[in-house]
Amino acid sequence: MRDLVVLEAVTKRYGALTAVENVDLALRAGETVALVGHNGAGKTTLVKLILGLISPSSGQVNLFGSDPASRHGAGLREGLGFLPENVAFHGAMAGRELLSFYARLKRQGRTEVDSLLDRVGLAEAAGRRVSTYSKGMRQRLGLAQALIGSSEMLLLDEPTSGLDPASRAAFYRTVDELRSEGATTLISTHSLAEIEGHADRIAVMHRGRLIALGSLDELRRAAALPVRLTFTVTPCSTGRMLERFGSEAEVIGRSESRLEVSCIATEKTELLRRLTGLWHLIVDFDVEVPGLPAVYGLLVEKEQRQ
Amino acid sequence: MRSALVIAGQEVRIGLRNRWIVATTLLLAALALSLTLLGSAPTGTVGADPLAVVVVSLASLTIFLLPLIALLLSFDAVIGEQERGTLILLLAYPVTRWEVVIGKFLGHLAILAMATVVGYGSALAALLLRGGSVEGDWQAFAAMVASSVLLGAAFLALGTLSSVLVRERATAAGIAVGVWLVFVLLYDTALLGLLVADQGRLVGPGLLDVLLMLNPADAYRLFNLTGSESVRAHAGMTGPGESGLAPQVLLAALAAWVLMPLGLATAIFSRRQL
Repeated sequence: MRDLVVLEAVTKRYGALTAVENVDLALRAGETVALVGHNGAGKTTLVKLILGLISPSSGQVNLFGSDPASRHGAGLREGLGFLPENVAFHGAMAGRELLSFYARLKRQGRTEVDSLLDRVGLAEAAGRRVSTYSKGMRQRLGLAQALIGSSEMLLLDEPTSGLDPASRAAFYRTVDELRSEGATTLISTHSLAEIEGHADRIAVMHRGRLIALGSLDELRRAAALPVRLTFTVTPCSTGRMLERFGSEAEVIGRSESRLEVSCIATEKTELLRRLTGLWHLIVDFDVEVPGLPAVYGLLVEKEQRQ
Repeated sequence: MRSALVIAGQEVRIGLRNRWIVATTLLLAALALSLTLLGSAPTGTVGADPLAVVVVSLASLTIFLLPLIALLLSFDAVIGEQERGTLILLLAYPVTRWEVVIGKFLGHLAILAMATVVGYGSALAALLLRGGSVEGDWQAFAAMVASSVLLGAAFLALGTLSSVLVRERATAAGIAVGVWLVFVLLYDTALLGLLVADQGRLVGPGLLDVLLMLNPADAYRLFNLTGSESVRAHAGMTGPGESGLAPQVLLAALAAWVLMPLGLATAIFSRRQL
C-alpha cells in the first residue's frame, strides 16, 4: 500500500521549546489514523508540518512523495482537505459564499458546493451570514470545506471540540462514511473515548514524542493492561474455579456467587480453557477489555516513569 | 496567479459586504464635490481653466486622504486573517504565500481604484452639469486620477508590509498610523527644517530631488502640481526648468514605492513559520 504521508525523525523546535521530537509516522492510503494526546502534546504542530505551514528543524516530512514546505507545496495541497482546530470564517459572508470561495481555490464548481452544503445539513442556512451560525454549524461548514474536491487525504484537527453530543455523533457518522469510501484520514483529538471504533490505528503523542502507534489491540498488548473477567456462578463454586486458574489469575472480588479476576490479555483464552468441565457452574460471564482512555493513561504513566 | 485573483475577488466581495467600498466612494465623492463647487467659485467665469483648479485641489486632498484609506484597508490584510484564525485554513489550500499577499493587495487596489475613479469622476460630472467649459486640461485630470490610484497603491503596499511584519493586529495598526504621520505630515516639515538649517551648504538641488522621491507623497505632489502648464500656474509652482524631476522619473519613484514594500512583504511572509 502507498504511504501518503511519511515523517522521518521529524523534530520541530520553537526556540527552547521542542514541540515535536523525533517522530516517525507513515499514513497508508485508505486508513484512518487517530492522533491522540493531551493539549500541547504536539498534535497541531504535527498537522502543520504535514500541511507545510512550518518546516521541521530536523528530519523529513513527505506529503504525496514531496516536501510540503517547498515551493511545490501548493500543488501538493490540491489533494488535501483540512479542518483546523477552532475553525473560523469571515463572519460577514454567507455560508454558501465562503464555500464557493474555497471551492474556487480548489477549482471546483457550484454543484459541488450545493451538494456539500446538503451533506453537512447546512442547505437551509447557506444564505445566512456565518456570524449568525452556532458553533456546531460553523464546525459543519468547516467539515464541508475540508471535503471539497473529494481529497485523497483529510486532516481533521480536534474536529469535535466544543460540539454537543448529537453533533459529535453526526460528525463521526460522516467520518465512518468517508472511511467506507476509502478516504485516508488523520484525526487529532484528546477525546479518547470518542475515537474508539472510528480509527484503524492510533498514534499516541506525549510531550512532542510519539510514544505508541498501532491498532487499539496492539496498544492494549503493548500496555499489557489486564483484562477483567467476571463470572456469575452457582453458589459455593468459586473455590473450584480458582483452583483451576492457578496463579495466572488475580482475584479482584469474590463473593458466594460472584468471582472477579484479572489476567494478562494474552492469558484470557488459556484461563477459559482451564474451566473445561466446569461450564455447568457458570450462570453468566463478562469480559471487560480496557478502553483507549485506560490504555492511554497507562502508556503515559509508563513514559513518565522512564 | 489564478488563486491570487480568486483571493482578490473575495477581498472585493468582503469590501462590498462591510460597506468599505460604499463608504470610501461617498467620502471621496463628497469631498471632491465640495472642493469642485467651492473651488471654482473664485475663478468665476473669467477663470481660465476650472479643470486645472479641480486638479490642484483634488491632488491636495488626495495626499492626505488616500494614504490614510489605503493604510486602513491594508494593515489588516495578513495579520487580521491570522488573528481571526482564517489564515491557516487559507494556506492549507493549494495557494502559495505570494499569491495570498498579491491577491490581498490586488483586491484592495481594486476597491481603492473604484472609490477614486467613481468619487473623482462625480466631481467631474458635477463640473460638466454646471455647464462649465468642457475644454480644459483633460490629460492633467486623467493623470491626476491615475497617479492617485498609484499613490494609494504605494500606501497599500506599505500597509501590507506592516501587516506581515508583526505578530499583533494592534501593532500593525500602530505602524500604519506612524507611516501616515511620517510620510504625509512630518516628512515635509522635517525637510523644510533641514533646508533652512542647512542654508544650501550640503543639500543641493540634486540631493533635494532624491529626498523628495524618498517620500511617495512628495513624488505624487510634484507629479501633479508640475505636470502640466495650466496646472502649474494654478498651483503657484514656478516655471519650467526649476524642478529637475521629469514626470516619468516621478512615476517610476511611485512605482518603486509600490513594488519594493510588496516584494519585501512577499519575501517575509514566504519565510514565516506559522
